[in-house]
Amino acid sequence: MAHLTTTPNTADPDAVFDLLVRLHDGLDLEASLRASARLVLLLANHIGDEAVIREAVRLAARPQT
Amino acid sequence: MANFAGIPVWREVGATPKPDAPDRRQEIIVVGGGPVGLTVALDLARRGRKVTILTALDFIPAGSKAICFSRRTLEIWDRLGVADALVAKGVTWNVGKVFRGAADEPVYRFDMSPVKHQKMPGFINIQQYYVEEALTDAVQARTEVDLRWGHRVIGLTQHADHVALDVETPQGVYRIEADWVIACDGNRSPVRQMLGLDFEGRTFEDNFLIADVKIRQSWPAERLFWFDPPFNPGRSALLHQQPDDVWRLDFQLGPDIDREACLRPESIDPLVRGLLGEGAEFIHEWSSVYTFQCRRMARFVHGRVIFAGDSAHLVSPFGARGCNGGVADADNLVWKLDRVLSGDAPVSLLESYNAEAIATADENIRHSTNATDFLTPRTPAARVYRDAVLDLAQDYAFARPFVNSGRLSTPVAYPGSTLSTCDAPDAAWADGPPPGAPAIDAPLSDGWLLNQLGGDFTVLANGWPGEETPGARLVDVSSLTDTDILARRYDLQPGSAYLLRPDQYVAARWRNPDSAKLATALALAKGH
Repeated sequence: MAHLTTTPNTADPDAVFDLLVRLHDGLDLEASLRASARLVLLLANHIGDEAVIREAVRLAARPQT
Repeated sequence: MANFAGIPVWREVGATPKPDAPDRRQEIIVVGGGPVGLTVALDLARRGRKVTILTALDFIPAGSKAICFSRRTLEIWDRLGVADALVAKGVTWNVGKVFRGAADEPVYRFDMSPVKHQKMPGFINIQQYYVEEALTDAVQARTEVDLRWGHRVIGLTQHADHVALDVETPQGVYRIEADWVIACDGNRSPVRQMLGLDFEGRTFEDNFLIADVKIRQSWPAERLFWFDPPFNPGRSALLHQQPDDVWRLDFQLGPDIDREACLRPESIDPLVRGLLGEGAEFIHEWSSVYTFQCRRMARFVHGRVIFAGDSAHLVSPFGARGCNGGVADADNLVWKLDRVLSGDAPVSLLESYNAEAIATADENIRHSTNATDFLTPRTPAARVYRDAVLDLAQDYAFARPFVNSGRLSTPVAYPGSTLSTCDAPDAAWADGPPPGAPAIDAPLSDGWLLNQLGGDFTVLANGWPGEETPGARLVDVSSLTDTDILARRYDLQPGSAYLLRPDQYVAARWRNPDSAKLATALALAKGH
């Protein structure tokens, strides 16, 4: 069974971070949330494996520090 | 009718007179004369069981109520001999389309009959009163059934080996006893309340309006659903055809509404005209405001009282899982009770009804809850995700299956059923219903497989080695022609066999069957 990758996996982390943040440039909170949701849905479908998505949801849901 | 002022009447019947003399103890009493109670009684009667039905109403109520009846339900009613007339009268449909906003093109479309060549259609729409009328006529044609109209159960006492009921009639109260009581008395089940039992689960805050209207239209028989249409902005709407030019319109209303006000023509008509067109001329057939509930009893079998249908579980509509779920209960229960009464099975077989009917209810509740959460998102973030799905569905195929306007009822499998024999580890099956799954229909040269299976334990074999085993009818396809589709659908290679339960669920299957394996599986399927 596939597992969620939690070790470095992108060649240029700064570029990926920049892509994610720029998605929200000029958007209000509502539009921003909607864009985030679209992005999550696109990526979730790309991953496909429900177990991997469940693992990511579990990690994302940790209490805020 | 004095007790039921306000319920519209489809067909007057009149109260059955109170019995002159005390009844002797009955074997089975069914409480409730709706589709589930009538199905239970008809199936029992066809198995030769005497049944008394006590129904509080003395008429068949009008109001379309349940309108969507699934293939599985029709297959059950076909086994009981009432499906053909309903299919002939009903509106057959297979395709559903989901629209968003004012767009003409659907964002999602589904086909309820992906596997063709089956006798029954994916779905029919028909008013519940036609169903009740057909079942009532079928039940009243049976000498085994004593259908008592206007007999309302007002008291119940459980004993170790029987149940005593106090029954109110226009001529007074009488007492009647039965070995078993099947409570099919609806979502407010008086029997459930008399036993001090309740539902567990969720109630939703949103309100919906059903407006069944009569209008001449020639739209295709499809299920049309809108998110955020111009005529009900920010909310949803549904359009579905019924016989006699009646159309079901269903509008989401939102929370905190004035129910009385919502049912006035000045509230309903703008919504109806918005959907049908400004110039539409229509007649109101039936209107109702309702909320969603997804709830069930913790157990369905309580001593000598067994619950089936809405008395045991409630789901939101939009999945056609209410009445269809109740008919599935009837199908699951009746053969088991019949075998217990004949001594062919231990009383503990009824525990498998409890487990399997709860599995069905839980699957229906799960789908129904998911659909409700999509229609009426619980949190601002859930709404954002719902809208994001609809955004993406317009352009990308991947997002369309996420669109949930109600997942329509399909039969529920019981992979963990205690009545099933597991496949042998070395047996490879490329296709076919596994143990615990319902049989799928297939065409034969002169009819249909499910009609051949009937309502007894049946062996479906492709060349059965030896004699027919007592207690299981043999349907050997090696003696039939034109069985290609069947053979493929069941991966029924020469020498293979399935054992079907009386409710046409698979109990076992083998590549190399013999009488001993069959006898063992048969005993297990009867709860031994």
